Amino acid sequence: MTDFSRLQTALHDNLQGRATNIRVRRSNELHFQIMRGDAQRLAELLRADFGAELILMVANDRRVDKGVLEVHYLFGNDRENWFAHATKDLPPDDRAIDSLATFYYPASRFEREIKDLFGIEATGHPDRRPLVCHAFWPEDYYPLLKDAVPPAIFEDDGTSFPFKPVSGEGVYEIPVGPVHAGIIEPGHFRFSVVGETVIDLKIRLYFTHKGTEKLFEGRAPADGVELAERISGDTTIGHSLAYCQALESLAGCAVPVRAQYLRVILLEMERLYNHIADFGMLCNDTGYAVAHSHCFRIRERLLRLNKRLTGNRLMHGGIVLGGVGHDLPADLDLSGELDAIIADFNEIVDISLGNTTLMDRLESAGRLTTRIAMDLGVLGYVARASNIDVDARRDHPFAAYPALKFAVPVYTSGDVRARTMARVEEARISVQIIKQALNDMPAGSIVVPVGTLPAWEPAFGLVEGWRGTIIHWVMADESGRLYRVKVRDPSFMNWPALSFAILKNIVPDFPLCNKSFNQTYSGNDL
Amino acid sequence: MIVTGYVLEIAQVALALLLAPGLAGFVRWLKARFQNRRGAPPWQPYFELRKLFGKEVVMSNNASWLFRVAPYIIFASTVTVTLLVPMIVAPLALDGMGDLLMVVYLLLLGTFFLALAGLDPGTAFGGMGASREMTVAAIAEPTIALAIFSLALSAGSTNLGRIVTQELANPAVTVSPGHLLALAALFIVTLAETGRLPVDNPATHLELTMIHEAMILEYSGRYLALIEWASWLKLTIFFTLLANLFVPWGIATTFDPAALTLAVLALIVKLAVLGGIVAVVETRVAKLRLFRVPELLGASFVLALLAVTSSFLLK
Repeated sequence: MTDFSRLQTALHDNLQGRATNIRVRRSNELHFQIMRGDAQRLAELLRADFGAELILMVANDRRVDKGVLEVHYLFGNDRENWFAHATKDLPPDDRAIDSLATFYYPASRFEREIKDLFGIEATGHPDRRPLVCHAFWPEDYYPLLKDAVPPAIFEDDGTSFPFKPVSGEGVYEIPVGPVHAGIIEPGHFRFSVVGETVIDLKIRLYFTHKGTEKLFEGRAPADGVELAERISGDTTIGHSLAYCQALESLAGCAVPVRAQYLRVILLEMERLYNHIADFGMLCNDTGYAVAHSHCFRIRERLLRLNKRLTGNRLMHGGIVLGGVGHDLPADLDLSGELDAIIADFNEIVDISLGNTTLMDRLESAGRLTTRIAMDLGVLGYVARASNIDVDARRDHPFAAYPALKFAVPVYTSGDVRARTMARVEEARISVQIIKQALNDMPAGSIVVPVGTLPAWEPAFGLVEGWRGTIIHWVMADESGRLYRVKVRDPSFMNWPALSFAILKNIVPDFPLCNKSFNQTYSGNDL
Repeated sequence: MIVTGYVLEIAQVALALLLAPGLAGFVRWLKARFQNRRGAPPWQPYFELRKLFGKEVVMSNNASWLFRVAPYIIFASTVTVTLLVPMIVAPLALDGMGDLLMVVYLLLLGTFFLALAGLDPGTAFGGMGASREMTVAAIAEPTIALAIFSLALSAGSTNLGRIVTQELANPAVTVSPGHLLALAALFIVTLAETGRLPVDNPATHLELTMIHEAMILEYSGRYLALIEWASWLKLTIFFTLLANLFVPWGIATTFDPAALTLAVLALIVKLAVLGGIVAVVETRVAKLRLFRVPELLGASFVLALLAVTSSFLLK
């Protein structure tokens, strides 16, 4: 139970009693209402005196029951593992919030997202360009409002995005994408270069915006799992676990201990196959194809293990509400298999990292400084390669992680090599975690009923997926169905960092640098 | 006799055109094997040619006449080079028509038009590829000339056919320092000029890293087929230069059918061995950072310069 008395006093003193309805939920969450104009003071207070930073902003259309639109601010403290959840009500005829954009960069992106999807204006926001919606989206169509009606005609009229022009002697532009030569997701990258040196990179995403959050609405909680699994194809467990944890937290459901351990195993299996495959892909982007084909061979082996564990190569159906879908097969020697796999991988890593031409490409390429990484609030291995020690498995422990011992590797150089090494090391640690979990796992049931969901209560779940911290925020209505689900993939925080990492690098090093970030488009665009 | 000589010239061109796709396919197949993959069969490039010749040409609205004629110029200049390089017989009937300078400049002509064609449609990638290709070519072409010059110095002629016959008459010269240095220089340049690792990655899908592929991104159909065929032919020419200028044995010096058959077999074996060496190199190294490429080519230029100096001094 976190002691919130100091924070409560500070809230009272700093906001002159305008923080109301203060209540503690689930032992480490402090929920309260704030008034218009208080967001920045609250954010400053939480950062300066309490070490908590904004991690999520959610808008919610509550006109049907409450007659207002809500904006929620979620702040997290990584060292003491507590959260502050502030809610601001907006009257339907005056949809504006005071902007935090100049205070904290991620807030500026959350606010642009909210503007596009809810029509809630952020007063004083320096960047009024759309984020989610491309220019041809009709004015006054805000898809996440409950009464939004999609326009009959919906096609790209060719309006271009107002990129800030870059000019000067010898500066020219290289537009790349959204259609690429390889089989990857769509994104538009606009390089301004002098010779081969990149002086500016703009990234335009949201070509795969599918209305994922809208698709959750009205679903029965159990039906949301399959949707969460498909938010990003390579993060099945990460997203479905965050979703289930949010709902279990809402319902106050205690997941059986055996299921907690099995969840750890599945999440680490996902980390393992992605890290190993991506190591090969990184090498392939330098032309070192040997490592790629061998890593893909190992990935295939892992996917077959996944299939034995969950019945699906990408582990669909692995996580269910209240537990896991499948118990460990009795005839599977997972520990032995993983020992062989990691030995195999280590050999490939040794050969690859011993290759000087390869290492020359990785070293000092795409450097992301700690300062910029902090300012942008980056997460996952991108942060840990830039000397930021964050990992939700340790900072906000979930599933069986509190009972497990594991290291969090942190690197200081922030270059492609550091991000590569972070992932290699994490893959090795994943195997140790899985073996520990297999060893410590008690017998027992693997799933419990979740029970009914309280209406109009916010709850959230945090999971350290292989890319970084995933957050799902949920609210149910009176019928127990999903009223609003907000998804934040770590890529949402990490994408802007790529534009900084590539500066002063040369154009042909971009694919390698991009691969070392390897952010999801689908999970970002939603 | 003279007629036979010209017939042989034509036969040599036909042989080169026929072998080129197979050689490229063989290197690809071997690389796949080294990478633990099954890979496409070595004869895959023949199917690719048939496919491309059967496809319609899609062209950018911004493309000019240059874009249309460039593939023919590139193909024709490369085919002309095969007339001057001793592949199965030396000396050649057309030896008098051009020497190594002619070979170098014909190759450069193809590169030049390829770069122009890359620039022509006005796309970002074409321009990028063209500028990179010119950077590479500016250092690589003089290296080829210098490397072969060092051979010419010991042979007393810039004529490729004559260099080969001189070497056959005096085999000791092939292991002279000048020859060995020139071999090293020419091997590095071969990798650069034919778009191989560590300079360029022929297998990449990453537009931003491409050199050769970036220039031909806009091409399709028969134009692409001609350019691809020309680039495979270029690979064959460079391998033949490496093989026959440094290890000339097996090449026919008479028009005796038995000797000619042996020469063809010897050529195929030599090309296969070189293909194997290139496949090993490409498997072992990663692509160099673009700005390191001039360093590598600079080194090969120095090797070529040393080759000329040593050939001159030891003459």
